[in-house]
This record gives sequence, C-alpha cells and structure tokens, in this order.
Amino acid sequence: MTLDLDHFTPLLSFGGGLLIGLAATVLILFNGRIAGISGILGGLLGVTRRDMGWRIAFLAGLLSAPILGRFAGHPPVADIEAGWLQVLVAGFLVGIGTRYASGCTSGHGVCGISRGSARSIVGTLTFMAAGLLTVFVKRHLLGA
Amino acid sequence: MGMITAWIAGLVFGLGLMMSGMANPAKVLAFLDLAGVWDPSLAFVMLGAIVLASLGFFFARRRTRCWLGLPMQWPSNTSITWRLILGSATFGIGWGVAGFCPGPALVALGAGYPKAAGFVLAMLAGMMVFELIEQAKSGVASV
Repeated sequence: MTLDLDHFTPLLSFGGGLLIGLAATVLILFNGRIAGISGILGGLLGVTRRDMGWRIAFLAGLLSAPILGRFAGHPPVADIEAGWLQVLVAGFLVGIGTRYASGCTSGHGVCGISRGSARSIVGTLTFMAAGLLTVFVKRHLLGA
Repeated sequence: MGMITAWIAGLVFGLGLMMSGMANPAKVLAFLDLAGVWDPSLAFVMLGAIVLASLGFFFARRRTRCWLGLPMQWPSNTSITWRLILGSATFGIGWGVAGFCPGPALVALGAGYPKAAGFVLAMLAGMMVFELIEQAKSGVASV
C-alpha cells in the first residue's frame, strides 16, 4: 500500500465530517428525523407521500451548498472518471440498493453507527466491502 | 419553522461534504482503492461525523419529542436481513463504479456537473423500480 500524501487532507476532512455530524444533530434535535439522504429522497417517491415539506427543504439546503460555494469563490470540484454508461449503471444500482438497504453512507454510515445500531454497522461494513472489491476489480483486474 | 431547520441541516451537510472533499468522486475512489495510491481522507470524514453525531444522538435518545414539538421518528427495524445485506452490496458496487453515493451526487448536481445529473436521474429510476416492485408485492399480498 502506498499513501497518497499529495491529496490526503486529514484536517479538512475531519472538519467537514464535524459539519456533517452537526447537520445530523440539527435534524434529529429540531425535526426528530434521521439525516439519511437516500431515505429522505426515496420518501418523496412512494405512494404514501407524507411530510414532504422537511424532505424538500433538506434537499434544497443540500443543493444550496454548492451554489453558495460558487458565490463564495469555492465551487466544489468533482472529477468524474467514470464514463456515461458507468455513471448511469452506478446511479441505478445506488438507487435501488440504498432503498433495499434502507440507508446509505449518511443514514447507516453516519447516523446509524452514531446511534450504535448493529444493523447499520452490518450495512456499512457490507457496502464498504462491496465498494473496495468493486474498485479492486475495476482498476486492478479489468484495468478500466 | 421545521422547514427552516431542515434547510439549514441540508446546507450544513452539503458544506461538510464539500469541505471534506467527499463531493469529489476521485477522492472517494482513492479511499476505496487500497491496492493503489491510498488516500485515507474518507476515514477522517467518518470519524469527525460520528464523533459529533454520537453526541447529538446521545442527547436526542432520551427525548420523546424534538425541539419543535414533533414526535421523534426513530428507525424501528433492527433486524439484520438478506434484504439489508444484498441492498448494501448493490449500493456498494454502484458506489465503487462511479465514486458517488447519494449526498455527494446531489452536491455535484448542484455544482452543475452533467454526469452528476445523469447519476441522480438513474438513482431516482432505481428508487422508483424499488417502489414499483414493493407496490406490486403488496398488491399481490392484498388480493
């Protein structure tokens, strides 16, 4: 294993993590809701569309962040190396997978682990393992 | 009022993703690529988020109502099922292919990246397929 010291950002990443934890804290204390993004988004699509307001407001806030960043002169950079077909297949898998898992990196990974949920720990270990394996296969076995 | 606090939570969440570098799929993939040139940053994001959210959930846990007076909506499912495992594995494969999970994809969409828009549309399609399958199953069950 080689460490990527040129791109490693321990302080900024830890600080950004604190902000994510703060956001989850705000949402549970004020709204009584878990900050799980796949669940918040998926809840807009079902037959029983209840309490749409806070979901739309949260997602609007999430989308406002990069717009605010752009005005402040710090737009987020996203280097997307995957091609269009890969992007579309990946999006589909993430959509259906997170709904069956009832959570993603935020709902299981951040909120679930912070609540000490065994279910979320298993979910997080599973998607982490699948992600690691997928990147290994894609980059080192298929060389794509 | 709940709309305002939810909007603030979403904004702070998005700023956290941007500051941490997680809105960039290349950085996420650099974490997932243990056999390559490894960037451990994602672990520090999780650490920071869990340290702070653990405090938040510790204070929230004993409450029956949130600060705005609504009942707390705790996840009720605690069982470890094949549905959880297979769903998480499917999600992880998609995450590894593109380097996007739902939050960062939405932030990159807000930043105007066309491929992020494509990812989010495909993700919504995947979520709709889940809804249609589950509706069809409950329909069959009720007949």
